Amino acid sequence: MSERFVTRGFVGKRQDAGTAANRIPPGQHLVKDFPVLSAGPTPRTDLRRWSFRIEGLVKEPAQWTWDEFGKLPAQEFVKDISCVTKWTKLDTRWRGVSADVLLEHVELDGRARFVVAFSDGGYTTNLPLPDVINGQAFVAYEYDGKPLAPEHGGPARLVVPHLYFWKSAKWVRGLRLIERDEPGFWESLGYNNHGDPWKEERYSGD
Amino acid sequence: MESERDLMLDGNAAAGVLQEIFGEEMTTALTTCDECATVSQMAMLRVFSGGPGLVLRCPACEAVMVRIAQTPRGTFVDVRGVRQMRLPLPSIR
Repeated sequence: MSERFVTRGFVGKRQDAGTAANRIPPGQHLVKDFPVLSAGPTPRTDLRRWSFRIEGLVKEPAQWTWDEFGKLPAQEFVKDISCVTKWTKLDTRWRGVSADVLLEHVELDGRARFVVAFSDGGYTTNLPLPDVINGQAFVAYEYDGKPLAPEHGGPARLVVPHLYFWKSAKWVRGLRLIERDEPGFWESLGYNNHGDPWKEERYSGD
Repeated sequence: MESERDLMLDGNAAAGVLQEIFGEEMTTALTTCDECATVSQMAMLRVFSGGPGLVLRCPACEAVMVRIAQTPRGTFVDVRGVRQMRLPLPSIR
């Protein structure tokens, strides 16, 4: 993947510096618990029927069963997360597969510029491809050393910690590569297409 | 940790917001789900709130019927999931 996508330091760098206070983006407050916010009922997908798929502007789609997905190279990562409803939680500990690892399994069409993450229950969220690569996005299946609970998006959710957490789609089942940006569930209802907490990109027009 | 029960409120919880938008008391209005054609009073819809916006779902098939987001640039309302709304006559409201 081309270097031009690397635009600035990642969240990890920011975490090294300073106290908790300067890790809280503008307009956010710190929480110790982990609020549960959902746009619908919690799906309970049978792991025998679960799959994860990369499709759209790729030469051949890639698909994994739950067992296959568990054998992909995984990593632990500790990140601060911020929800657009104004809470920030520091040092959340996850385990999952980097989107870079997943995208290695497909040949991207040169027109691919955006990603739509899609989930059980019909939720979608859109992300620019440069925000998904270079260690910035993961499909996580463990939280704090335990299998990810259904109310937090288990069996697996997207985790894109440098953007507001509505981008980190719960119950994620795949990524679709597209050429033109397509607003997702909240983005089509007045929320920002990008959603960088440090720039307070909450609503469209911010 | 919150349970799903806490997130799923009675349709009446959305009553204030709906009244603000439609200028009418809406809880007794009848809505037809565009997905499964089930007719429900708005107060019977399943409400998911607390997130970026308010989501009202069909009590029968759980399809999204109404989405509302209140932002600094206005209130966004999506009623694509409602095939028809029937408001009661003023005298019986």
